[in-house]
Amino acid sequence: MTESVIAESPVTGADAPVASSNPRQRWALLAAGLVAALALPWFVYPPVATDIAALALFAVALDILLGYTGLLSFGHAAFWGSSAYVTGLIATHSGVPFPVAVVGGAVFAMVLALPIGYLSVRRSGIYFAMVTLAFAQMVYFIGYQWSGLTGGENGLQGVPRNFFGIELVETDSFYFYYSALPILLLGMWTAWRIVHSPFGRVLVSIRDNTQRARALGYEAEKYKLLAFVLSAGLTGLAGGVFAINHGFVALTELHWSTSGEVVLMTVLGGIGTLWGGILGAFLTVTLSDYLTSSGFDGIDLVTGSVFIVVVLLFRRGIWGTVRHQWLARQLRRESSRRSTGSIGRTRR
Amino acid sequence: MNAVLQYAVQGLAAGSFYALAALGLAIIFGVLGVVNFAHGAFYMLGAVTAAVLLDSFNLSFWGSLLVVPVLMFLFGVVVERLLVQWLLQLDPLYNFLLTFGLTLVLVELVKQRYGVSGLPYRLPGVLSGRVDLVGIVLPRYQLFVLVFSGGICVLVWLVMTRSRVGMIVRAATEKPDLARALGINVGRWVTPVFGFGVALAGLAGVLAAPFRAITADMGDNFAIILFAVVVIGGLGSIVGAVVAGFMVGLVEAFGQAYAPTFSQIVIFVMMALIILVRPAGLFGLKETTA
Repeated sequence: MTESVIAESPVTGADAPVASSNPRQRWALLAAGLVAALALPWFVYPPVATDIAALALFAVALDILLGYTGLLSFGHAAFWGSSAYVTGLIATHSGVPFPVAVVGGAVFAMVLALPIGYLSVRRSGIYFAMVTLAFAQMVYFIGYQWSGLTGGENGLQGVPRNFFGIELVETDSFYFYYSALPILLLGMWTAWRIVHSPFGRVLVSIRDNTQRARALGYEAEKYKLLAFVLSAGLTGLAGGVFAINHGFVALTELHWSTSGEVVLMTVLGGIGTLWGGILGAFLTVTLSDYLTSSGFDGIDLVTGSVFIVVVLLFRRGIWGTVRHQWLARQLRRESSRRSTGSIGRTRR
Repeated sequence: MNAVLQYAVQGLAAGSFYALAALGLAIIFGVLGVVNFAHGAFYMLGAVTAAVLLDSFNLSFWGSLLVVPVLMFLFGVVVERLLVQWLLQLDPLYNFLLTFGLTLVLVELVKQRYGVSGLPYRLPGVLSGRVDLVGIVLPRYQLFVLVFSGGICVLVWLVMTRSRVGMIVRAATEKPDLARALGINVGRWVTPVFGFGVALAGLAGVLAAPFRAITADMGDNFAIILFAVVVIGGLGSIVGAVVAGFMVGLVEAFGQAYAPTFSQIVIFVMMALIILVRPAGLFGLKETTA
């Protein structure tokens, strides 16, 4: 019964965010996540670990819109990439510590998100996806044309890694991971706070029934715009860290394939779960890193196929599926307990 | 004056590609409710197929104009039966994502097989060179593209408005439930319509083959401009798709001539203005499907 209802629900409302019934489980999960984040560079090549963490925040930021507001942004590369450029430019020209530059990039992404969001939230559903995609392409062309600032096709090179006076060179990637992690964790915590706040509840109600939310007096467009800008800001934090990590910003960061990639991470992990985006980022980055290092040069072939398979057969995503099974089992257990109880009563 | 006219013809010729492909996109959206991300990839496949047919089978441009749309129709039918149909009952975003994945796969396959450098395509002799129309010299091929695709658009419009098939398809587009209640098997039209839309994208690709560099990624930006075109014209509106297609071609050509730095950006600014002033698009009546 529940199975079919959830399976038929739209992409953007894959699963309502269930306030975990058990706070102890939630804390255990958070602790496990924190340990995994701290341990990551011991098991994964540190620069790759930083990529994973940055893209995880990117996917989480996208999920605020996709999973909790019901808006598929196909143009988030605009915020990711522009923050990467702005962060890189600030770090290169001003010499401030990189966390300051990253915050500058994120602020820029939010400012950019205001007009784009204002126009885009006027349309919903599939239109929203198309319009955000088109605006992101516009930003891409601006980055491409403004080569005096962005370096055009050569990219922005030689971005320093200044951590409050300490220059973290390439061999310090292991330490760089830990210097960047607090920013990314702060971003994820913010996302978690947004989603579990009264504001987040309103977003979910807009997702599930915009008209009813409007009738209750919530101005849907304003809420959507605020969610859009917040999501862009968190995306900007992630993009800035990514830029510093590579010491280089490529035009690819603004390209629509980047927007598509983060959507894949979110959908693969599970929409409307936050954890899913983290898992999706981990899997996607590890897989593409593995394929590249083994000399396979057709990553898009794999990415595209995974996309097709996930959308056709696996719409709830990995985390979503696991959580669904878990909840279904608990539900079954509860109902069977109740029904045996009632049978007992009637017999008596 | 002469220069302005030349830019206009150039723009309208480029607009023909957008118009034809956007027409296919609009028809598919109308009947299936699918926004086909892979439309740019299908356009690219049309051009690549024409180049390969010329290279391996020495099939002329004229032959390709006929054969490639048929091949693309069949390919579209396969794609619809194999992939798209399973998600038709769900939110249209799923098929958007599916066709996005398909785009990545198709582009990468072409890249692996034919490399990243452009495939050569030579113009048939009749169409090369320039014509002198009372003192105004215009490239012959651009004029041909303009007339040919204009003809196709009119033909499609006639079929859609005057024939029984067209009426059924329009009924299925606008009021699928009512059409069903009147005994029309709407489901039967879904696959051919998808194939037809894909064929139109392929046809645009063939027309672009002698005109543009034939590469695996030639459809990348094309697809996104197509989205801007249908947002401007009003998604689901057939007339809107064609008119906006030609309009965007013109804007692009004049932009390239007078402000080359901003030629691409202008299109998206135009889209932004339309969203501000007329969110449903020039020819869109209302917001269909949320």
